[in-house]
Amino acid sequence: MEKISNNGCACHSESCCPPPSIWKKNKSPAAYIIFGLLLVVVWYAIYRQLEPFSFFLTYRIFGLTHGSHLAEAVQFFLYDTPKVLMLLAIVIYGVGIIRTFFTPERTRKILAGKRESFGNVLAALLGIVTPFCSCSAVPLFIGFVTAGVPLGVTLSFLIAAPMVNEIALVLLYGLLGWKVAALYLTTGLLIAIVSGWVIGRLGMENHIEDWVREMRANANDVPDTNISWNERFLQGWQAVKDIVGKVWIYVIAGIAVGAGIHGYVPEGFMASIMGKEAWWSVPAAVVIGIPMYSNAAGIVPVIHALLGKGAALGTVLAFMMSVIALSLPEMVILRKVLKPRLIGIFIAVVGSGILMVGYLFNIII
Amino acid sequence: MEIKVCGPGCAKCTEAEQIVKDAVAETGIKASIVKVTDFQEMAMLGVLSTPAIVIDGKIKCVGKVPTKNEISEWIQRGN
Repeated sequence: MEKISNNGCACHSESCCPPPSIWKKNKSPAAYIIFGLLLVVVWYAIYRQLEPFSFFLTYRIFGLTHGSHLAEAVQFFLYDTPKVLMLLAIVIYGVGIIRTFFTPERTRKILAGKRESFGNVLAALLGIVTPFCSCSAVPLFIGFVTAGVPLGVTLSFLIAAPMVNEIALVLLYGLLGWKVAALYLTTGLLIAIVSGWVIGRLGMENHIEDWVREMRANANDVPDTNISWNERFLQGWQAVKDIVGKVWIYVIAGIAVGAGIHGYVPEGFMASIMGKEAWWSVPAAVVIGIPMYSNAAGIVPVIHALLGKGAALGTVLAFMMSVIALSLPEMVILRKVLKPRLIGIFIAVVGSGILMVGYLFNIII
Repeated sequence: MEIKVCGPGCAKCTEAEQIVKDAVAETGIKASIVKVTDFQEMAMLGVLSTPAIVIDGKIKCVGKVPTKNEISEWIQRGN
């Protein structure tokens, strides 16, 4: 698995900034919608052909022997790479458009003054659709807390935003099916909601750094950008270019590793160390996962391959969640606004949530 | 005119700063460009996501690197 250092921005936020006004005069939204639908049809037609085409390439063109390790690895790679990239492109496009409706500023306005519990649920849900990058976690935290968003609610948002993201969901759906993706979505949200709520109950407000509590944030209202549909489509497209341009290399690397494991590592190899019987594997997965930082794009193909070789779903999901939700770089950033004890409790609460999810899946599936 | 570029120093923030400098140079308007890296100051300005551009205390753009055209438009309008 490749580690990606979080040097500053992994931002792919595409919130405000009205694009240059020339676009406003361009085509009507209807033209964009018809063009978009056409693209979706073409997209689907190509998507359907990927699997037969990968077999065709592997066995007809390359002439590899049926059932050989090499052939299996090659076919897996040739099918999964375009499949995952195509899925990513279409979903990021859609999410990119949705995100033009949810800026961090608007989310703050929605959450300010909300009661806990309901606020936690709302915050976790908004965490999915609000553009967010961990490098702006600190200004965002300050902005939320000073605007009267309760600490626990703010943390629900900060847990959900990186953990439940469209890239993770697409990859889980594309490689492991909709059931796993749905499980991940539900449990990820639950962890964010419950962890935020628990920390809110603990009354840790005085463990926020003093300077944050003393400051009055300027309620400088960001102009509500009234952007047209054409601009939203353009921003969706921009998001695709930004994100796919950034993660494609990790997707390919991840699938290549996955293909290697798929073709060469014997069936059931992982069962002994990451299987259901090994009770210690879930906590071990969480402990190993926390200091690691990777984006979902790099890690999902790897866990896909691990699962195929007998690793238990709970263990693998717990590993994935702890890698992308709890990361050392983000903790270092948050340390600027949270006192060590609150950071410790944050890690402990979220970590236990992930642990429980891991065991739960191992028991029920 | 005072233009503040908020960002902790990530690649996108440096990019935003450079584009602002270019835009100012092109329009030939007198403006001081200040890079804000302090989170406290950013929060005081009301900035929630970076990079952000604040011109004379008004937030023009957050969470995105603006284009040169956008910046020129903002500074010329403000003049």
